[in-house]
Amino acid sequence: MKNLPLLFLGIFFCIAFSWTGLILSSQIQFGSLEPIAIEEGERPHPRKPVGLADQGKQVYIGNGCMYCHSQQTRRKGFGADFDRGWGERQTVPRDYILQKRVLLGTMRTGPDLMNVGQRLSSRDWHHLHLYDPQITSEGSVMPPFGFLYRTQEIGDAPSDHALRFPPNYEGAPESGYEVVPSARAEALVDYLLSLKINYELPESKFASDD
Amino acid sequence: MSPLASFFGAIRPGGDRPKVQLTQIDESMRSPCVFFIMAALSWLVAGTVFALLASFTLHAPDYFPNWEWLTFGRVRSAHLNAVAYGWSNNAVFAVGLWLMARLCRTEVRHGGLLLVAGLFWNVGLFCGILGILNGNMTSVEWLEMPSSVAPLLVASYALIGVWGILSFRYRATDHVYVSQWYILAALFWFPWLYVVAQVMILWMPARGTVQSITNWWFAHNVLGLWYTPMGLAAAYYFIPKVLGRPIHSYYLSVIGFWSLALFYNWAGVHHLIGGPIPVWLISAGIVASVMMVIPVIVTAVNHHMTVVGQFKAVWMSPTLRFIVFGAMSYTLASLIGSAMALREVNVVTHFTHFTVGHAHHGAYAFFTMTMFGSIYFMMPRLLNREWPSAFLIRVHFWAAALGITLMLLALHVGGWIQGLEMNNPDIPFLDTVKNTVPWLISRSLAGCLLAIGHLAFFINFFWMLWGGETVEELEGPTLFNEQVEG
Repeated sequence: MKNLPLLFLGIFFCIAFSWTGLILSSQIQFGSLEPIAIEEGERPHPRKPVGLADQGKQVYIGNGCMYCHSQQTRRKGFGADFDRGWGERQTVPRDYILQKRVLLGTMRTGPDLMNVGQRLSSRDWHHLHLYDPQITSEGSVMPPFGFLYRTQEIGDAPSDHALRFPPNYEGAPESGYEVVPSARAEALVDYLLSLKINYELPESKFASDD
Repeated sequence: MSPLASFFGAIRPGGDRPKVQLTQIDESMRSPCVFFIMAALSWLVAGTVFALLASFTLHAPDYFPNWEWLTFGRVRSAHLNAVAYGWSNNAVFAVGLWLMARLCRTEVRHGGLLLVAGLFWNVGLFCGILGILNGNMTSVEWLEMPSSVAPLLVASYALIGVWGILSFRYRATDHVYVSQWYILAALFWFPWLYVVAQVMILWMPARGTVQSITNWWFAHNVLGLWYTPMGLAAAYYFIPKVLGRPIHSYYLSVIGFWSLALFYNWAGVHHLIGGPIPVWLISAGIVASVMMVIPVIVTAVNHHMTVVGQFKAVWMSPTLRFIVFGAMSYTLASLIGSAMALREVNVVTHFTHFTVGHAHHGAYAFFTMTMFGSIYFMMPRLLNREWPSAFLIRVHFWAAALGITLMLLALHVGGWIQGLEMNNPDIPFLDTVKNTVPWLISRSLAGCLLAIGHLAFFINFFWMLWGGETVEELEGPTLFNEQVEG
């Protein structure tokens, strides 16, 4: 090839083309979506994450949870997202607009978590599961997150937050000791419980049971 | 003359510069290239250790101590960044810049500066990977390193990439060979991709899932527009070089180059099929992914026709044995990739280990193998001495070839079964997880094989570097010469 201007322009054009087509056009098409109320007078959705949940998201990000857990519900009939109870409606771009970091994920080594706060609403369950996934889900390949918990001597009275292990659990602390969640563990569980799609949007309503 | 034409005329101010001997060029590239290869190999070994940790953790979650920085999410990200920006980028810097200088027939002056820039790249990377293990990672795929190291990486890349452009600017040849198109394009594409992704995802995050689109435009194109062109440039250079015959067809090279440049760009969205983004984008991504069949077939035909009739020579040469393995894997991986973009296939493979297998098909069986082959060719020319052990090269080849084949089989078959089971709501989710375990164990075994190969390569390389004296007595190049009589 001797026509160098053509080579340079071609190289430039190819990447500029895809950047414009995929990214710039998305930005124009839905980069300024706003929360919306389905009926006038209601509070618009989605809403900003609040308080501890937002700190918990940092724990989720820092430990790479999204490499095994996606956060998206695909439409009914495409995969088994609905049948597995991972969501009652398809998630759409508007659901994600207030997230500073979007964690759609591309692996389901573990189940989808878009709606986990609704599906599994017990704090205790989440703590036990994070401390040692084998307690709640025997055979799971999820790594234990014991490093988010502290074993301490029981003081005057057992802590309200201490994990309540099932009887005969091998990993339970010796008598006189208890396992309590660290601030990071509490925040992470807050975040998980905050993951709910319990509102409808004009462009995506709960699926009927047909 | 139009201003545009005169601008491009000025890009090559040298006119008819005297051609330099290849040995002089090799001499001028010695210290930076040896440095980059040393860095690449060190990262390869580190990345392999991270990979084994992550792989074992995934089927034996209680096997390693419960230390925070060993948790799966962090270690797998450390693996990815070490092998991508550590091994692959350093290999690209060594092989790409060396090929460029050779093809331009120009010496690299002040190679010491290149070495300093390379040092900064690796320091930045080291800090980034510490950041990941430390829990400061971003959870943005392929961009896990804390964004604070990005400016250092960008600056040092600029100082590295510019050497390729400089070689090209001062070239002493008239004709621009196909490998040069690929290298030139890749040197230009990578910084564009990286900077846009950093800015639009981490520094000034775009709204909602525009981030995800940017993420996959970047992550897929790092493979497609950075590693792939460099791997192809190496294949286009070494196959004719070692066999001593020209590339089969110039026109096929042109079609292959432009169709890759045009279609690969758009394909990344297929990682979001079914996801919360406009359907037209997904369709565009699928069309581009299927169109990738054109450059792939064209390149495969071109390479095959160049090699045809010379398979014995390929088998004899360490360089070509690796590179032809890589080139064949490129064809197969790309065709499977195009198929995976179809909605009917994607609904099974998406979210499963099939995708992980596919990533290793491209990044290892194709790209990494071509880089191994290139380094086997380069090192004797840079150091003026031969590889000390043909046995270690043979161990490297067989461990890598068998290891990656076993890994691909395990992840593709296991991933496909996982996908079918996941789409069947009658099977409890936890059972789909448990059923992947045997396949994940096979993947770990395959990983051990790869580790053996890498170790053999590592030993051979440092033996060559420091044990020089003894091996100079060997006559001729190190070949797999068991069939030299035939």
